[in-house]
Amino acid sequence: MEIDRVDGRTPNQLRPLACSRNILHRPHGSASWSQGDTKVLAAVYGPKAGTKKNENAEKACFEVIWKPKTGQIGKVEKECEMILKRTIQSICVLTVNPNTTTSVIIQVVHDDGSLLPCAINAACAALVDAGIPMKHLAVAICCCLADNGYVVLDPNKLEEKKMSAFAYLVFPNTTLSVLPEGSSVAEGEPVEHGIITSVTHGVMSVDDYFLCVENGHAATASLSAFFRKNFQQSQRDSSKAG
Amino acid sequence: MGLPDSSQDLSTEMEVDAFRRIFPLRFFERHLSESLRPDARPLGKARDTIVNPGLVSTADGSALAKIGSTTMLAAIRMEVMTPSTDSPDEGCIALEFHMPPICSPTVRPGRPADAAPVISKRLTDTILSSGMIDLKELCLVSGKAAWMGYLDIYCLNADGALFDAALLSAVAAFSNLEIPVVALNDNGRIVAISGGKDEDNASIIEKKAVNKEKRKLTLKNIPFSLTCILHKNYILADPTTEEESIMDTLVTVVLDASDQLVSLYKSGGTVLAYSSAVKSCVELARKRAKELKQILGEMDID
Repeated sequence: MEIDRVDGRTPNQLRPLACSRNILHRPHGSASWSQGDTKVLAAVYGPKAGTKKNENAEKACFEVIWKPKTGQIGKVEKECEMILKRTIQSICVLTVNPNTTTSVIIQVVHDDGSLLPCAINAACAALVDAGIPMKHLAVAICCCLADNGYVVLDPNKLEEKKMSAFAYLVFPNTTLSVLPEGSSVAEGEPVEHGIITSVTHGVMSVDDYFLCVENGHAATASLSAFFRKNFQQSQRDSSKAG
Repeated sequence: MGLPDSSQDLSTEMEVDAFRRIFPLRFFERHLSESLRPDARPLGKARDTIVNPGLVSTADGSALAKIGSTTMLAAIRMEVMTPSTDSPDEGCIALEFHMPPICSPTVRPGRPADAAPVISKRLTDTILSSGMIDLKELCLVSGKAAWMGYLDIYCLNADGALFDAALLSAVAAFSNLEIPVVALNDNGRIVAISGGKDEDNASIIEKKAVNKEKRKLTLKNIPFSLTCILHKNYILADPTTEEESIMDTLVTVVLDASDQLVSLYKSGGTVLAYSSAVKSCVELARKRAKELKQILGEMDID
């Protein structure tokens, strides 16, 4: 039995993606990322000298400031900041600029479901725009579980509320390799199947979780392709202008 | 794995404590290669867990949970409030996790710890989404009065696996909770009945008692959690603060009594989690859930 989604998408179909970089001129890097109606603006300042008090001075430090669309900053925003900070720390090369702080500021422009994955994707695009050294990108997707056991990707706000459980999953981006064997393999699985971050809400069975992860893998391929195309396009535009 | 020569020379001359401080990762990896940890635990074993209910006499329900040295004190206070219009039959729970300066040298007064609001939110999400508490049980008079439970969890000693200990103490406090007796007086307001004095007994018979005796909540689908560290090929269950500071990839698995996954929380970290690692963590969490269920069961009998 197939799911009927309000906007007519298939369960595995993502909303239209849009990404623009270098939109703000004061920050060193900035990006705006939208998935359907959910839109997030990310700005990166850094690296700046000195780390925060309890942080390791031999590594680069990141701080994330999350600004909601309305209202005061509360626990929800603090949790999103912590998740984003730890995700960014795991994808960036921390030893290149030791004893520095890079600030990532996230401004929520509109929340229509799948907000945290959208923010993670925006932050990655902004970090690329700022030229912060990274090992790979973090590609984030929201998978939710409908009552009849189907996995639905990239829900909007109404769908998120209705679903029994959902998971935000972040994977490394898929690599485009010249070698015929494809990407590198670790532990018998391709590197892009490793989970960087996973946050779940609601109760689901363990098998359903692995089903969500599998569907997430499929989606990261299309998201990675979008990232690649978007960056190459702007590269071509800037080299023509320059 | 080969150690570079410089540390090999130093380590033969150095004391164990100095080596532990200066080369913490090598110290731990030497133990991991023998499938042990510095406190002689096998890799998949959690620390000794103790749960003591009913310590705070002024609270309606309380519990102290200790996992190794990590100590959490949870206390619940019930108050009557008006339920919201979109859920007139439901009470609510307000959870707050505090990390006072006593718990760790990194927490100073006036600067709240970074981890506190995050753990607070995760606990609220876990407890509410697991369905452990039926909010309809907290209803007194539909649409007019319902119970609001203020659950405060204080971290008294932060030695790793804070979320696990906090969740355990919250669950124990809820199972220790006895909802106070109240009555509806003439003005239509809910009044608490203290009981014990004769004059009060007479007035109790006049007032319509809303609930006759102190009752306990029925808890279904109790969530149990286990935090694991992923480091290269090793999976360490129930880390201490020292282990968490050296190896930064933490995975928290929360399972409920019917083996459903309530939460799988992994927030960044240098090591990527492949499905084999996730499956092993879930297995360890299952074993741990059985242990914790037994400990909570013994607590209730006492």
